[in-house]
Formats: sequence, structure tokens, C-alpha cells
Amino acid sequence: MSEVIVITSGKGGVGKSTTTANLGVGLAMRGKKVVLIDTDTGLRNLDLLLGLENRIMYDLVDVIEGRVEIKKALVRHKKYENLQLLPTSQVKDKSAVNPADLMALCDELRKEYDYVLIDCPAGIEQGFQTAIAGADTAIVVTMPEVSAVRDADKIIGELGRSEKDNIKLIINRIRPAMVDSGEMMDMDDINDILAIKCIGQVPDDIKVVTSANRGEPVVGDSDSQAGRAYANIVGRIMGEDIPFMKFEKQGFFDKLKKAFGM
Amino acid sequence: MLDSLMHIFKSEKSGKVAKRRLQMVLIQDRASVSPEVMERIRDEIIQVISKYMVIDKTDMEISLENVDDSVALVANIPVQNVKHHR
Ligand SMILES: Nc1ncnc2c1ncn2[C@@H]1O[C@H](COP(=O)(O)OP(=O)(O)OP(=O)(O)O)[C@@H](O)[C@H]1O
Ligand SMILES: [Mg+2]
Repeated sequence: MSEVIVITSGKGGVGKSTTTANLGVGLAMRGKKVVLIDTDTGLRNLDLLLGLENRIMYDLVDVIEGRVEIKKALVRHKKYENLQLLPTSQVKDKSAVNPADLMALCDELRKEYDYVLIDCPAGIEQGFQTAIAGADTAIVVTMPEVSAVRDADKIIGELGRSEKDNIKLIINRIRPAMVDSGEMMDMDDINDILAIKCIGQVPDDIKVVTSANRGEPVVGDSDSQAGRAYANIVGRIMGEDIPFMKFEKQGFFDKLKKAFGM
Repeated sequence: MLDSLMHIFKSEKSGKVAKRRLQMVLIQDRASVSPEVMERIRDEIIQVISKYMVIDKTDMEISLENVDDSVALVANIPVQNVKHHR
């Protein structure tokens, strides 16, 4: 049984592409056959996050407009052979792909892959409607900040109007020290507000940035908290019952100890 | 007023403030209805009330308003005449 999952958020820059890349690599590490579709046409990024930017020959728009077969446009991951990327065009705009096109494409890919993950553009316009069209499940990514949570609620409403009722939440960029001092909303607060099943909380972690720099998603790095958080989400998507992790806080003394190798 | 004074005294943490503000604003967001739907509601209200009363359609107003922490559909419909009961 395969699943088509759209990763969406409403607000821009909250971590949709980062989440898509990490869940894609994480599922592939667990032996699943995975294809990632970048639908942020005109603002292509998933290729960079996966380190595949130099291998692109064709893109989503070429496939939709019938210039090439899907197989020819898929880019295989360097390390995980069972992970493929369908990049999007960097020159066309969102009007180049419509919901019916994407639905047909997802149904085609469903036959071959265990998971089809769709990286959605920000906003609630045409690009969003296209991205969600073929999905069975929507993962809404938000951050513990007022504007991101409000926009997540708006997106949840829009998903409901499009009869997408299987919705899950990921809270990204949590800062444990701020949560502890009461200066940031925690998972329970956001659960109370949005009332959507939460399948992950990811801390704010510089390793997300350094791993993006190298084109190697952080999920492969079990030394990083964000990497472990993504690996846990992968398990939950596969139906495992994994408790939420406690974040280690790096206080001043911890940092000092680490610096001296203690 | 009393509420806002209390908050100054307790110097509530910003995480809690964020949660409370979001819960309020989302009531509004979720209740907001598109102008087209509002227009339809208006037309149907006119139909129903016109069976019993003569109303001034041009001066009538309906809107969604926030009352404390709930939302109300408020209608102001000037009545010009009341029909005889049958
Ligand atoms: N958990 C995290 N810790 C630290 N940095 C993060 C984390 N998640 C995302 N970021 C950073 O936030 C920025 C935005 O992330 P990303 O591009 O994934 O967001 P997006 O939702 O796809 O944005 P857009 O709406 O533009 O498509 C990136 O620079 C990324 O490295
Ligand atoms: Mg993105």
C-alpha cells in the first residue's frame, strides 16, 4: 500500500523543503521506495537540499507537458538508490502545472513507490491547490510562533474544504530553553490551539543548516537532535509507536564541558 | 480592563500570551465567511422575514461580530410595517 503525502504550511520558510528532504532520506534509509516531487515551480530547492542539483536533465513541467517520460525525469539519489527526486522547473511558474496533472502523476507513481512526498510551495493559491490534489495525507509544518500557527490553522481549514481530512502536524524549530522559561509555546499549547495530531517536534539545530550546506539531510546524522527527531517521525509515518523525545538543553556548563572534552 | 491590569501584575510569560492571543484570533479567522456567502445569508433572511413584515432592504445590515470570546451573527433590520396575521 503506497501513500501520497503533501508537506505544506501556509507560511513560507518554516521548513517544508527541509522536512520533505529529511523524511525522504529517512524513509529510504529504512528501505522504502520513495519519490519526492518538488512543486515549488520557479523556486526549485529540493535538489540542493539533497545534493542533486548537478544531475538534473528534465523536470516536472517537461513531464506534465509530455516532453519526456516520468522515468527519464527522475533523479536517483547518490547514496540511496531507492530514493528518487522529480525536480521542478526553475524558469516556469505555478500555472504550468494544474491539480488534475498532479493527481494523474501521483496515481502513476503510486504503482511503483511506497511513498510519494510532495513539497508544497508557500501560500494558499494555485500552487497549493495543485500540490495537495493527489495526496492521501497532509503534513502541516509549523513553528512555535504566532504567525506560523495562525497560518497553519488557515491551511488546515483549506485542506478540510478540499476534503483532505487526514492531516498531521510537525512543529519545527523548537527552542527547548525558551520553552522551559515559558517564553515559547510547547507542543501541548499548539495541540490545544490546532487540535491536529502531532507526529513530530524538531528542535532548532545548527546541524540542519550545516547539513543543508553539504546537501546531506540531517536525518543521516544520529548525533544531532534534529536528525533523531526526523528519524522518529519517519518511524511514526511507518506506523511505529515512538514516544516524543526529551530535548537535551545545552546550558552554559554543558557547552563548557563539551569544549574541554569532559 | 481588570483583565489587562491582572496581566501587568502577574507579568505573564510570552508563551502563554501567544497561546491566549492565538485562541482569540482563530475564533475570528474560523468564523470569517466569504462575502458571497454573506450575501446569500442576507438574501435568505430577507425572504423569510418578508413573509411576516415589510422591511427596509437597503438599510439592513448583517455582520459577524466578536462579543467577548465568542462570535455572533448580528443583524439590524429596519421594519417598516407589520403584516396582518392570517
Ligand atoms: N529545525 C531547524 N533548525 C534550524 N534551521 C532550520 C530548521 N528547519 C529549517 N531551518 C532553516 O530554515 C530555512 C527555511 O527552511 P525551508 O527552506 O525548509 O523552508 P520552506 O518552508 O521550504 O520555505 P519556502 O516556503 O520558501 O519553500 C532554511 O534556511 C533552513 O535551513
Ligand atoms: Mg520550500
